[in-house]
Amino acid sequence: MCLSVPAKVVSICGDKADVDVGGVIYNASLYLVEDIKIGDFLLIHSGYAIQKIDKKEAEETLKLFKEIQKKS
Amino acid sequence: MEYIDEFRDKKLVLQIAESINSIVEDKLTFMEVCGGHTMAIYRFGLPSLLTNKIKLLSGPGCPVCVTGKGYIDKLIALSKLNNVIIATFGDLVRVPGSTTTLADKRSSNSDIRVVYSSLKALEIARSNPERKVIFAGIGFETTAPTSAATILEADAEGINNFYLLSSHKVMPPAMSAIIDDGVEINGYLCPGHVSAITGSRIYEPIVSKYKLGCVISGFEPLDMLQSIYMLIKQNKKNEPRVEIQYKRAVRPEGNLKAKQIINEVFEYRDDNWRGFGTLKLSGLTLRKKYKRFDAEKAFNIKVEKTVENPGCICGQILRGVKNPKDCRLFANICKPETPVGACMVSNEGACAAHYKYNLVNLTLKGSDIPAQGNALGQDARKI
Ligand code: SF4
Repeated sequence: MCLSVPAKVVSICGDKADVDVGGVIYNASLYLVEDIKIGDFLLIHSGYAIQKIDKKEAEETLKLFKEIQKKS
Repeated sequence: MEYIDEFRDKKLVLQIAESINSIVEDKLTFMEVCGGHTMAIYRFGLPSLLTNKIKLLSGPGCPVCVTGKGYIDKLIALSKLNNVIIATFGDLVRVPGSTTTLADKRSSNSDIRVVYSSLKALEIARSNPERKVIFAGIGFETTAPTSAATILEADAEGINNFYLLSSHKVMPPAMSAIIDDGVEINGYLCPGHVSAITGSRIYEPIVSKYKLGCVISGFEPLDMLQSIYMLIKQNKKNEPRVEIQYKRAVRPEGNLKAKQIINEVFEYRDDNWRGFGTLKLSGLTLRKKYKRFDAEKAFNIKVEKTVENPGCICGQILRGVKNPKDCRLFANICKPETPVGACMVSNEGACAAHYKYNLVNLTLKGSDIPAQGNALGQDARKI
């Protein structure tokens, strides 16, 4: 039911988008999200995009991993 | 950034696991309440990387598993009606009802179609105007807005042959029930995609009432290890709180648009959970305004009496009091190809995950991260 991997928006047509998951293209509804652009990464669940992935936050999280490793 | 490999860096995984092992003093048990986390824990072999002072326990996080047998029996009864099409997520088809399964009904002439989205079910209704299409709506706060959005679409288009049989559930009442039941844990790994919709505040009552830490976790191995690290830190300082590890997808306020749509279409009701019985205000039913789409109201059916299989302890596994290994049917009579209970049907079920990875696969130590099919059947290593 749930794609736990982020899907990249390759094209948008109205409130639908084609998203790329590892080279496979799926169509997803954008009804539940706002301000989506081509190139954004989305979480897809049961045919709907449910959230946009925030790149800055992802980078922050990656930095935190390194900090845990340093602390020990 | 593709958001996959960066979060599976093997060297970093091993180093963080080591950091965790070096700071743990007391024995700690953390429960995850998300099928995606159950799969990730087994798939990436996380327990094998951690000291046995840390115990990871699966809770009621698999949507197919927590759906009560009575609901399956209702679907089966509906599937016997003339002129009806049942549209359902694939896993439900194989979950045993009291005497049969939807898969069996399909082979005896019921029209049962597997869909991956409620939108597909609506499409079936559009292209079969002379038939009645019933969508089996199961799942937590992640799936509820998708069903709600489809109802709004059907309403706007004036479609009158589309129905929802809702078993949508919300997570916090089950998380409270676990603790009220006396299951001893030291913190919750909270579901990332449920929280992407709800935001983080829904867990605050768990922190204040039970003094338990709640960390909202992502699904990659580094995410989960970091979340475990955060829970250990909270325990050491004796400062339980809600923290978001999965910040790239979860905002404190959640997805406001999705929440507004859930609230427009659904209201709370008491609901039945496998293993728990009825939990107060734990389910979602259509509001009066949308009752014409409610399959429970629209069809008059006689549902058989629910009969549980006495050998299956799936309910106790969902409540965190037993493990798949404790079940005497596990891996002999009950296997993924011949499931006795729901926990062996769904990929997200603890029994299925335990069977697939603990019996068959390698762990991270000394090997690559095992190949794994995701919900759409791809190999995650290639994604
Ligand atoms: S192994 Fe099968 S029978 Fe045993 S608890 Fe799991 S689903 Fe039920």
